[in-house]
Amino acid sequence: MPRIGVFVCHCGENIAATVDAAAVAQAAAGFPGVVHSVDYKYMCSDPGQNLIRDAIREKKLTGVVVAACSPRMHEPTFRRTCADAGLNAFLCEMANVREHCSWVHEKLPATTEKAIDLVRIMVEKVKRNRPLFPIKVPVTKTALVIGGGIAGIQASLDIANAGHKVILVERDPSIGGHMAQLSETFPTLDCSQCILTPRMVEVAQHPNITLYTYSELEKLEGFIGNFKATIRRKARFVDEKLCTGCGICAQKCATKKIPSEFNAGLGNRTAIYVPFPQAVPNKPVIDKAHCTYFRTGKCKVCERFCEKKAIRFEQEDELIEVPVGAVVVATGYDLKQTDFFPEYGYGKYKDVVNGLQFERLASASGPTLGAIKRPSDGKTPETIVFIACAGSRDPAKGINYCSKICCMYTAKHAMLYKHKVHSGKAYVFYMDIRAGGKMYEEFVRRAIEEDEVHYVRGRVSKIYERDGKLIVKGVDTLLNSRPVEIQADMVVLATAMVAHKDAEELAQKLKVSYDGDHFLSEAHPKLRPVEMNTAGVFVAGACQAPKDIPETVAQASGAASKVTGLFSKDELQREPVVAKVNRCAPPLFSTCIGCFLCESACAYQAIEREEIRGRDGKLIKTVARINEGVCQGCGTCVALCRSKSIDLQGFTNEQIFAELLAL
Amino acid sequence: MKIGYFPGCSLLGSSREYGESLTAIAPLLGLELTEVPDWNCCGASAAHSLNHKLALALPARILALAERAGLSELLVPCSACFTRLAGTRYELSKDENLRREISRIIELPYNGTTRVLNVVEVLSRAAANGLKEKVSKPFGRKVACYYGCYLTRPAALNTCKRAEDPQEMDDIVKVCGAEPIDWPFKVECCGAGLSVAKLDSVARLSGQIVDDAVRRGAEAIVVACPMCHTNLDLRRDAIQQYRNQQYSIPVIYISQLIGLTMGLSPDKLGMQRHHVPVRFERAAQTISTPAPAAAASAAAPAQAGTAEKRG
Repeated sequence: MPRIGVFVCHCGENIAATVDAAAVAQAAAGFPGVVHSVDYKYMCSDPGQNLIRDAIREKKLTGVVVAACSPRMHEPTFRRTCADAGLNAFLCEMANVREHCSWVHEKLPATTEKAIDLVRIMVEKVKRNRPLFPIKVPVTKTALVIGGGIAGIQASLDIANAGHKVILVERDPSIGGHMAQLSETFPTLDCSQCILTPRMVEVAQHPNITLYTYSELEKLEGFIGNFKATIRRKARFVDEKLCTGCGICAQKCATKKIPSEFNAGLGNRTAIYVPFPQAVPNKPVIDKAHCTYFRTGKCKVCERFCEKKAIRFEQEDELIEVPVGAVVVATGYDLKQTDFFPEYGYGKYKDVVNGLQFERLASASGPTLGAIKRPSDGKTPETIVFIACAGSRDPAKGINYCSKICCMYTAKHAMLYKHKVHSGKAYVFYMDIRAGGKMYEEFVRRAIEEDEVHYVRGRVSKIYERDGKLIVKGVDTLLNSRPVEIQADMVVLATAMVAHKDAEELAQKLKVSYDGDHFLSEAHPKLRPVEMNTAGVFVAGACQAPKDIPETVAQASGAASKVTGLFSKDELQREPVVAKVNRCAPPLFSTCIGCFLCESACAYQAIEREEIRGRDGKLIKTVARINEGVCQGCGTCVALCRSKSIDLQGFTNEQIFAELLAL
Repeated sequence: MKIGYFPGCSLLGSSREYGESLTAIAPLLGLELTEVPDWNCCGASAAHSLNHKLALALPARILALAERAGLSELLVPCSACFTRLAGTRYELSKDENLRREISRIIELPYNGTTRVLNVVEVLSRAAANGLKEKVSKPFGRKVACYYGCYLTRPAALNTCKRAEDPQEMDDIVKVCGAEPIDWPFKVECCGAGLSVAKLDSVARLSGQIVDDAVRRGAEAIVVACPMCHTNLDLRRDAIQQYRNQQYSIPVIYISQLIGLTMGLSPDKLGMQRHHVPVRFERAAQTISTPAPAAAASAAAPAQAGTAEKRG
């Protein structure tokens, strides 16, 4: 006979405000098989858990139903409680009377009745629960880090320094990401490359890090501790081992007018190129789309001049498979281009640039060697207008969020400009100044007070060109609100930070969730900020949401510590909620008829074929078997099985029918 | 093709030449304009500042009459009328209760089955469907296409692809052998109804538009709205006084420009009714970009001549 205990939680006011918890406990006491039923203000608290432990021991319970919040919230808590008292953890079930009942209904008799129903069906289910035992799986102690910007670099170094192997995959020819493009960094104005490039070199030289640049993740299979990543190493057309990085190939390359990605389109590069002098690795790639040889079949100048004979026109993309135990996603962000802004000229004015372009103009390694010169004619601008919130916080543009870094980098830009062009005038149009952060507000005040940057609170409605000047029409909304018209030589738009175009595709490859703006979603916005909803996959940096360098580095270190935590054990325990093909006595062995419809339905390749042989070794039957290390417990095979031979442990057909019949 | 036609008050009064030129070119473009029977005032700028339901009922009655006449599409050339009619249709499509109430007020069934088209939509269609072959006298001049406020605003009613820098009128005049200039004042405010009450505001706003068009080398401003025309043409004296500068650039309707290039006589298109004479200092030149037809008639004659009469 089953002996079930029911524990109804008030969750303070969360449940008790609309559900009569005492009435639910009283009603549950009358259900067949229930021998104990109580309600309590906070069941998850220590005294609450003690109620459960004591009842299990005293009443010799064979099953427990906790009527409280969502199992996503506290199922692990209560299962642990049961296990403490000697009851198999999988004999504990939760009836969700909070998210599914009290939170979504008014205080009415029907609300309490619904809660009673929810408890009744879980009582019927738990009666049919069987003890289950966690599955143990080994851990591959190698981490895959996707993205070689500051987030990926930091995470790789932290994991590698903890003694684990790291595979760092970067899509571009060099690691460094956007941070390598920046001139100075706020709020200290230290040179971005000066603090970054030593880290880049450390990555390249670290014995625990394998660096794959110009490579992309093709596929990720498997599960926590046991992933298999397929990496596409794009053809560089250069033998990396032979190449010494002398640079003669780029010097001699005939195709010289390709807009440089590193210089945000403001400078040019050749078809065979190293993106920037401090690149890691300092080995060139051939841009197939622009290379004269690949376009016309003639040229090969680089090959002729290469002393090491390192050019390989015949090279092809290579796919490599690596086993990894954890993944850190650090793919970063994109910046909206100026052509996104109709009111600012649809990108047709050369002297209207975005923030990253201004970084390149201000950078000592940039196309102007750090002199502020406007792109159209190379003149030093006497008046610059900076426009904050270009796209950000603008529902009409489809971008509701704040890009978070623009207030700070706009202040920095204006400051850098004033430091380089003393006679220049700098205007900043802003909505609000959001300078939350250590020394951030002080930094903005410095721009306003010491460097005399004119801050105008208001929006810019239009920019147009007239007699070589950019006419900026805006409004000053403070005090005697009035229209403002500024004749500028250059305009810098602090355009919105957005997710990469292919962020959605990557998320689907990794089977992780993403939000409406295509930023990757962390597992919990407050309490699990670096984990993702797929176990073993972690997130760091601006691919999750716009953030600045300090925050990115902190998150990367957080993700790295999660990975090293995972790697601290040799085995992982997994929930035994997996599918199972039934087995029975000979001569049947199993009701499975070996149709293997399940095999084609399984998204995780968890179905194996098992041959059942007699003592003489003769094949009697081939049946399906499920690899419980790979099975994700989705239940698709259960639904498809024609002979009803598969059941999902913890959610058997018998249990689900019992739940339905209880209603 | 049969298409409904709502001239509104302007096209019969202050902007007769807009109506005349449209009715003149329509048959040549294969359009059979069918005027909505017993139409009334759209409410213009007055009704919606006084009474919301009146502002909806007036255009709704026009649309209901068009519906009853079996017109699936209705050309509304005046931009202000267009906004009132298209706006009413939009608002009633969002609120079933309001639709029923307005229907009761106007004592006519209203279902919103008649689509409201502005003049640029209709002429764009014509431009895409063989207008090029009908152009006998390519315009051959730089023009500034002025869209005004209502062709691209509000966003819910905008029919142009680029709200801040629309291209649709530019594309039409290109087919007619004109060269549209790239300029930033296409959708700026002309001062609109302040033409009566605050003439100096109109002089300031319209003055900027005229001045910038001239600076960028335009030889004519092309419009599609009677109100824009009034402010840029009829208020030219006020503009000149305000800016202390003379401007001879004529302002013509897009329908007039099409009519001229199809070889219609200026009189038939009402060119003589403008306040600023339609007169050009230099002969038209072949613009290199457009139709092969244009290349054939290299020495296109000076357009429209010198209409001395005033309407």
